[in-house]
Amino acid sequence: MPLLSKKESKLILDPLADNNPITIQVLGICSALAITAELKASVVMAVSVLFVLGLGNVVISLMRNIIPSKIRIIVQLVVVATLVIVVDQTLKAFAYELSKTLSVFVGLIITNCIIMGRFEAFALGNGPWRSFLDGIGNALGYGVILIIVGFFRELLGSGTLFGIPVLGDPIAKTGLYAYGYENNGFMIIPPAALIVVGILIWIQRAKNPSLVEEA
Amino acid sequence: MKQKLHEIKERVKDKKWAPAFNAIHTFLYTPNEVTHKGGTHVKAVDDLKRTMNTVIVALIPCLLFGIFNAGYQHYSAIEGFPQDFSILEHFVTWRNFLVGLTTVLPLLIVSYGVGLAIEFVFAVIKGHEVEEGYLVTGMLVPLIVPVDTPLWMLAIAVAFGVVIGKEVFGGTGMNILNPALTIRAFLFFAYPTWMSGDKVWVHGAVDGVSKAGTADAISGETILGYLAQNKTAEMGYSLSDMFFGFIPGSVGETSTLLILLGGLYLVFTKIASWRIMLSATIGALAMGLLFNAVVDFGWIQSYSKFYSLMAFDFWKHLIVGGLAFGIVYMATDPVTSSQTNKGKWIYGFLVGFISVMIRVFNPGYPEGVFLAILLMNVFAPTIDHYVVQGNVKRRLKRAKQAKIYPATAPASVETQTA
Repeated sequence: MPLLSKKESKLILDPLADNNPITIQVLGICSALAITAELKASVVMAVSVLFVLGLGNVVISLMRNIIPSKIRIIVQLVVVATLVIVVDQTLKAFAYELSKTLSVFVGLIITNCIIMGRFEAFALGNGPWRSFLDGIGNALGYGVILIIVGFFRELLGSGTLFGIPVLGDPIAKTGLYAYGYENNGFMIIPPAALIVVGILIWIQRAKNPSLVEEA
Repeated sequence: MKQKLHEIKERVKDKKWAPAFNAIHTFLYTPNEVTHKGGTHVKAVDDLKRTMNTVIVALIPCLLFGIFNAGYQHYSAIEGFPQDFSILEHFVTWRNFLVGLTTVLPLLIVSYGVGLAIEFVFAVIKGHEVEEGYLVTGMLVPLIVPVDTPLWMLAIAVAFGVVIGKEVFGGTGMNILNPALTIRAFLFFAYPTWMSGDKVWVHGAVDGVSKAGTADAISGETILGYLAQNKTAEMGYSLSDMFFGFIPGSVGETSTLLILLGGLYLVFTKIASWRIMLSATIGALAMGLLFNAVVDFGWIQSYSKFYSLMAFDFWKHLIVGGLAFGIVYMATDPVTSSQTNKGKWIYGFLVGFISVMIRVFNPGYPEGVFLAILLMNVFAPTIDHYVVQGNVKRRLKRAKQAKIYPATAPASVETQTA
């Protein structure tokens, strides 16, 4: 018997492509624009959201039958906030530089619409195992886009990947820079992320026209 | 030849790349199609192609002047400005032309090459006819960039501007932002060191940087650049230099005289809107006057970093930098500007007003025309919306108050206002 049934693997795979939280549902854009100038920050953000959403979905799902529906938003907020503080403190303890780069955006995971969205739409109505898979899937879908955007923005904007120069040294003029290449300053500012995400949305819908909304 | 092309066109009609062929065809000859067979039809000559060509004709003097000016600035920076300047001896010379040609022509070729290639690809993908819109954009682009802009940067910027600025919205006529200015803005934000400062406006000045300290290190600061650094005294350009355009700057933007002539030509051929040009001029003068007044009332000290730009005579803003060029050729873009007459007045006024404001207050880059026009491009539909709504309201009110003879049921009011 396979590890995941067909329905269960759909929970993970769907958000990766045809139901991607960023490119299809257009949620979580704020952090996608703000922290993707560096690949490292993108990866850390993706992992943080993976942790918060995966665990948060399970917790909410376990509590789903005892949460009074009138105060469910507050209960959800408490759960997210707890998990986010765990992530934030861990980063501060073990990766201080990185936590400074991510600054307020780790804290702002609380307001990431993807998380509250999954709690509301899925965890409140499904069992813990399925909620866990759904959380992992959505966080991965979010993370994949973050990493793609971060890859292009860091490569074109700074000429590095994970902080390692891959195109040569811009000051000593080695590698590509010897031929007059220059880093694209536009890629470092957040509007560039909007355009990169836009291009990803374009490519995805061009490949699969059934995703295009009716005008 | 003409007949043969018509015949080939019939044959390739169903091929995938037919739009590409048709583009070349329509570029060379008037196509032989008519609107429908039989019966009368009206065929006007002022189609999109004719409109675009008229703008290009208006731009050619600026391009030629830019070519000579590139050479003139280059040699003047090396040898010093000539003492008794005469146009024929110092400006319209072969060596100026050669320097200009070798720097400006590649910009033009890259701009058209990359831009048209993308237009062709999109035409084939979408299966529609190639649009002529890029003809003007491709001409504008080399005129609004510094002369030493590396060609690969220009190529990337053009690709970005055409795809993101125009094609994603559906091509010519659907774009929100002026594509030429999108290209300029991309260059400015992506490669700021090549787009501002005192090294980029004169050919050869960039190379001089590496040999700083030697006689080869030449610089060419723009007038706005001098002003932004409060160095009014060091600026050696006379008023006539500014008006005729013998100053450093982007390739085609320096000569206010030729821009003025081009503008008049566009107004008389009814291609560009005089309302926008006039109101933008008024807007720029108004903002300039406000700043002058601030200086006159002594509200700003002479050590302030805004002092020189604020004290700059308000009417001189029109003859330096890209303001005149922007007003005449960019703000009047029929696609991205306001469509209603009242809207054009508001739109134009704000273009001029904001241009001068950004000029004075922008610490990094003493030029704001392209930012002001792009900003107003975004607001143009909003302006139009309110103008149209205002009109609707006014006429409804009038219809309610109107006495209708002979007095009939209110239903006829509706038909009269419609």
